[in-house]
Amino acid sequence: MSSVSSERLNRYALTPARKRRDRIARGGVLAGTILALIPLLLIVYYLLSKGLSSWSWSFFTTDPTGNTFFKNSTIGGIESAILGTIEIVALASVLAIPIGIGVAVWLVEYGRSGWFANTVRFFVDVLTGVPSIIFGLFIYIALIIGTGSSYAGYKGSLALALLMLPVVIRSAEVILLLVPGALRESALALGAPRWRVIGSIVLPTALPGMVTGVLLAIARAAGETAPLLFTAGATFKTSTNLGGFMNSLPVQIYNDVTSPTTAVVDRAWGAALTLVAMILILNLIARLVARRSRLA
Amino acid sequence: MEAASIPSGDRSVLSRSPLARFPDRALRYGLTALAAAILALIVYFFFRLAGEAQPAFAKFGVLGFTFDNDWNVSAEHFGALPLVVGTLITSGLALLIGVPVAVATAIYITELCPTRVRAPVTVLIELLAAVPSVVYGLWGIFFLAPKLVPAEQWIADRLSFVPFIGGGVVTIPNIFVAGLILAIMILPIVSAISREVMATVPADHKEAALGLGATRWEMIRLAVLPYCRGGIIGGAMLGLGRAIGETIAVTIMIGDAPQMPQHLFGQGYALAAVIANEFGEAQGLHRSALFAAGLLLFVLTLIVNAIARLLVLRAARARAPKRTAQDRADGVPPTIAGTAGL
Repeated sequence: MSSVSSERLNRYALTPARKRRDRIARGGVLAGTILALIPLLLIVYYLLSKGLSSWSWSFFTTDPTGNTFFKNSTIGGIESAILGTIEIVALASVLAIPIGIGVAVWLVEYGRSGWFANTVRFFVDVLTGVPSIIFGLFIYIALIIGTGSSYAGYKGSLALALLMLPVVIRSAEVILLLVPGALRESALALGAPRWRVIGSIVLPTALPGMVTGVLLAIARAAGETAPLLFTAGATFKTSTNLGGFMNSLPVQIYNDVTSPTTAVVDRAWGAALTLVAMILILNLIARLVARRSRLA
Repeated sequence: MEAASIPSGDRSVLSRSPLARFPDRALRYGLTALAAAILALIVYFFFRLAGEAQPAFAKFGVLGFTFDNDWNVSAEHFGALPLVVGTLITSGLALLIGVPVAVATAIYITELCPTRVRAPVTVLIELLAAVPSVVYGLWGIFFLAPKLVPAEQWIADRLSFVPFIGGGVVTIPNIFVAGLILAIMILPIVSAISREVMATVPADHKEAALGLGATRWEMIRLAVLPYCRGGIIGGAMLGLGRAIGETIAVTIMIGDAPQMPQHLFGQGYALAAVIANEFGEAQGLHRSALFAAGLLLFVLTLIVNAIARLLVLRAARARAPKRTAQDRADGVPPTIAGTAGL
């Protein structure tokens, strides 16, 4: 019951030194956050200032000529790259999204937390961490060495689909887990078979949330260069044949970066701005859809 | 016990005919097969990759290939040590620079920032993850690397007595800027995981610290950070996995010199970069050596990622409030940790 001596209390007082340390640490944390935002601002600034100047009608409507030694007018634009990216990513999405959602449904509705489901989860996580260029090598081994044929757009799509799969599976799984168990049980109690419960109750409820994950996966795939280098190849002409070589924005930028000609590098900036704009639009839509979702 | 039990014979009225059960079974087995196919695919790819790398490993030996310091395409001699070292130095730099900044952003967003700025700052940090690798490379080589040369030269001159850092002539591009670009690229994932883990710190702990008279920073240092250490380390490891596997930005930024890195501001090479650069023209043993480099990269990221997942999972599991039977019935997800970095 003895009262605490004033010296001992003073040891715990809010001394100026503690106040100062608090201010310095909080200042440091704020400075770190600002530091983290600087690169983004600089990248956006440079993309806009360098990329916009190379944008023009003909930039989007002509193919690169492969001629890199003359003026802007002769090096051509990026039409084949834009269309190629859209075609390759579209096919990749058509492959990866149904499979990914199927696996996620299996994980949540059937596999749950059994050993097999956990093994699948572990391998999906493994896939998430695989460097993107390795996916390119996988497809190269299976479809180019394996069949003895050359690069093709659809092989690029397959490499991107492998890359998208884990993202789609894991994001869809998280959303499917959020569908209330009571909904499933009500449907089952009314006599609905499992497949009706999944098809008419679980999937529609989870749909908006899954759209978000899917769009983010597409956005990620659209920006990848490495898996396309040795699968889709690079070419100049616009092509609608996924069985042949196909150009894409990332690969075109990568090839243009190493050019010694300023005009070609300017084309890379224009193409980069186009690519980032496409990806940001996908991200924006994903965020808007996520906001409207009733789950999460 | 008094509840009217339905005689077993009558239950058959309620059961479905075998025909009606068919779609259910088909869906179940179909989906199971799909999941199994994914496992099979990964295992298949792994063995095919190892098979393609076999000639190089047979010629130089697995250890000889990994630890021999000579990557010479024209002499058909392939030792991957310069590449491995280049990969480890750049990703180490990325961690050294990226993780403190990422943790700072996570602390700022979860603990210090005014509510109004929270969402915009979070979105901006996440946007860093939306920028494609090749665009980082483009920006890095034409803006970041040239702008940093004077500063790098100044440091190299002042620290000329320090081996590896000082002394040499700064080149464009160089190992340091490659690490710096990687630091920017891993920032969003490390920040996201740290933020997720910090959000699991119970308010009780923080309030208790503040109630005892701790300042904000003391509260963060004593209540928040020790609680999240495992998760933050896991997030950093996931970032390391990303940095090791990052290809295009590094290929553009590192200088592509297949030699042991001489100094921090000189040129080097990395595992992923050598594949991106040389695979297109590679034949025979050279191609096999590149597959071997790919396998090395694959195994390296596998180990790093496995450790990272384990740490993040353990952190999330130990911290998360116990899931009740009710939660499970309601389908409340176990934890969301580990999904942010996707």
